[in-house]
Amino acid sequence: MKIEDFQPEFAALPGAAPVWHGALDPGRLRPLCQDVRSAGGRLVALWGSQGGGPSFALHVAVAVQQGLAVASLPLEREAPAFPDISDIFPAAGRMQRAVADLLGFQAAHAADRRPWLRHGHWPADRFPLSKEFDGTRAFPPEGDTYPFVAVEGEGVHEIPVGPVHAGTIEPGHFRFSVVGEKVLRLEQRLGYTHKGIEKLFEAMTVEQGARLAGRISGDSTVAYAWAYAMAAEGVSGSTPPPRALWLRALFLERERIMNHLGDLGALGNDAGLAFALAQFSRLKEDVLRTNQALFGHRYLMDAIVPGGVAHDVDFRGFSRIIEEITELEREVPRLKRIFEDHAGLQDRFLTTGRVKPDLAARLGLAGLAGRASGQSWDLRAQFPCAPYDGLEVRMATHRGGDVAARVTVRFEELTESMRLCRILLRKMPEGETSTPLNPMQPAGLGIGWVEGWRGEVLLALHTGEDGALRRVHPHDPSWHNWPVLEHAVIGNIVPDFPLINKSFNLSYSGHDL
Amino acid sequence: MYKLIRQILSSGIKSEAPPAPDPGMRVAPQRLQQDILKHFGRALAIRHVDAGSCNGCELEIHALSNPYYNLEGLGIHFVASPRHADLLLVTGPVARHMETALKRTYQATPDPKLVVALGDCGCDGGIFGESYACLGPVHHVIPVDVAVPGCPPSPTAIMQGILAALSAGPSSA
Ligand code: SF4
Repeated sequence: MKIEDFQPEFAALPGAAPVWHGALDPGRLRPLCQDVRSAGGRLVALWGSQGGGPSFALHVAVAVQQGLAVASLPLEREAPAFPDISDIFPAAGRMQRAVADLLGFQAAHAADRRPWLRHGHWPADRFPLSKEFDGTRAFPPEGDTYPFVAVEGEGVHEIPVGPVHAGTIEPGHFRFSVVGEKVLRLEQRLGYTHKGIEKLFEAMTVEQGARLAGRISGDSTVAYAWAYAMAAEGVSGSTPPPRALWLRALFLERERIMNHLGDLGALGNDAGLAFALAQFSRLKEDVLRTNQALFGHRYLMDAIVPGGVAHDVDFRGFSRIIEEITELEREVPRLKRIFEDHAGLQDRFLTTGRVKPDLAARLGLAGLAGRASGQSWDLRAQFPCAPYDGLEVRMATHRGGDVAARVTVRFEELTESMRLCRILLRKMPEGETSTPLNPMQPAGLGIGWVEGWRGEVLLALHTGEDGALRRVHPHDPSWHNWPVLEHAVIGNIVPDFPLINKSFNLSYSGHDL
Repeated sequence: MYKLIRQILSSGIKSEAPPAPDPGMRVAPQRLQQDILKHFGRALAIRHVDAGSCNGCELEIHALSNPYYNLEGLGIHFVASPRHADLLLVTGPVARHMETALKRTYQATPDPKLVVALGDCGCDGGIFGESYACLGPVHHVIPVDVAVPGCPPSPTAIMQGILAALSAGPSSA
C-alpha cells in the first residue's frame, strides 16, 4: 500500500514527518482500511473535530510504506456517523467510543458502543469537544453504572481492582474473572484521569499549548513536547536550527534511558529481586540529577519548545553526560548478566504474559511491547526525521512476546540509546538552538510523530481561520496496547498480573486525556 | 550470588541525610497531638492516591524509595490499603471521575490521619485548573494538612512536606 494509491486527494503535509493528508468520502473508509491492513499497514490514530473546513470531520491516521496517511472524512451535521472499522483494526474500538463521548460522532453498527471516557460527569447528549460546550462548566454527576461483560460458568468468580491501586501507579479499574488462581478474562475500564486536556488546548496560545503537551503523560514529556513542536512547526512552516533537533534527540534518548532503567528495576523487584530496584533506581537517579544540573528539570519538562529547545549543552555538560554514559555502559551489562543468571527471575519472566506475534499483529500491538512480539516498527529506524536520518538506529525486535522479551527489548534499547547519545554529542552541529515560529497557517493541519520510549506518540494540531489552535489531539500508544494487555493475562495466575502489567507499563493519563 | 554481592559492595552506600521539614508547606494547623506524632514519626504508613495526575508526581514518589533518599530508612513506608495508612499522599488535580474514589479512600483511612497534597496540581489545580473534567486542588475534595508545590516537586521537597506534616507546627488544639 503506497501513498500513490490514495491519490489524487492526498498531498504531502509540510513538516518534519513524512505525512500525507487528504479528504476521503466516508464510503471509502472501509475499503481503504482493508487495503492498508492487507498490505501490512496499521492504524495509528483516530479522532474527530468540529469547526473549520468541513464542519464535522473524522480523521483516521494509518501507517503505510512511505509514512503516515491522514484521511479526513466530512460528516453530516445532523446525527454525524461514520463506518465502524473496529473489525478491521481492533484498536479502533475504544478510539471510536471516545469520539462518541467527546463529539457525539457514532461508529455505525459497531458491536461495542458503551461509553468509554464519559463516566456520567457530563450528560450523554452534551459533547465536551463541540464548540458550543463551555469547558469551564460542570454538570451534576449522573449515577455511574458501567455494563461490564459478565462471565458465567462453574466456579468462576470476579475480582474487581481499582480505580485506586495498591502500588504507586495511576488509577484504572480492572475486573478479573477467575477460576481458582487462573485468569479467564480481564476487562479494563479506564478514563478515571480524564482531565479535559483536549478542551484546554483550544483556549491556549501555541506557547501555552507546549507546556500542556509536556504534561499529558509525565514519563513521556519529551516525546509529547517534541510531537507538539513538530506539529506547530509544520503548520507554521518553520524549521528549527539543526542543533535544536540534535538536542531534542538527546533529550528523547535520555527519556528512554531513564524510563527503561526505572522499569527494569521495577520488573526485577516485582519478580522478587529487590536488589534490582535498588541498583536500577540508583542509576536512574543519577540520570535525573544530571538532567536537573544541565537542563533545569529532572524529567526535562519544557526543555523542548516550538521552534527549538530551551537549553543548550556546553563543554562541561558534554563531559558530564559522557561520564555518565561510561558508567552506565559498565553497570548495565553487569546487571543484565545478573538478570540472566538468576533462575528465580527467569522463571517468573519466561512465558509469562505472552502475546504471540500473530495475535500482536492482529490486535495492533505497538511500540516497545510490539517489538517484543515481532512487530518491527520503530519510527527512528523506519521514518527517521532529522537527526535520526543520519544515525542508523538499530531496532530491537524479539518474538517471545512474554515478560522476558519485554525485558530484553528494554536492555537492548537502553544500550542503543547510550550509543546514540554518544554520537549525538560527538557530532552535534554548532549554531542556534531556537528560531521564532512563523505565523500559523489558517485552517491548517500539522502532525507530530515521535518514537517515545513506550511507542509512537502522534500529535495532530488543527488551526482555525485565525491560525489559533482549533483542535489538538495527542495520541498515546497505550490506546493500542491496553486492549492487548487484556489478552496477555489470559491463562496466567492473578499474582502475576502486576508483573505483566509492569512489563507493558502503559499510560493512563496519556490515554484518558 | 557472588556477582550480586560484588555489585552491592561496589555500589557502596548512597543514602543521604534527610532534609529538614519545611513548615512553609503547611496549609492547616497541626490537628494531632504531640504524643501521636511521636509514634507516627517512628513508623509512618503512607497510602498514595493518584486523583488524576499526569504521572510526573508519581515518578518522584517512586524516587523516594531509591537508595539516595531511602525513605524507608526513616521508618516511613508505603502501604497497599488506606485502612493501614496514617497519611494520604495525594497527587493530581482531582479529576471528577476520581472524586468518589478519593473521598472513599479518605473515609477508609482511620483517624487520626494526615493528608499531603502533592505538586502544583494538588496545590492549586496546576495547568489543568477547574473545568468540566477537573475539580482543581485536593483541598476542594478532602481536608489537606500540607501542600507541596512543584511540577513535579523534587523528592527532597516531598520529604520536607511529609516531615512537615509530622512536625508539631502551629496547633489548633
Ligand atoms: S504537578 Fe506537574 S508533574 Fe505533578 S501531576 Fe501536575 S502536571 Fe504532572
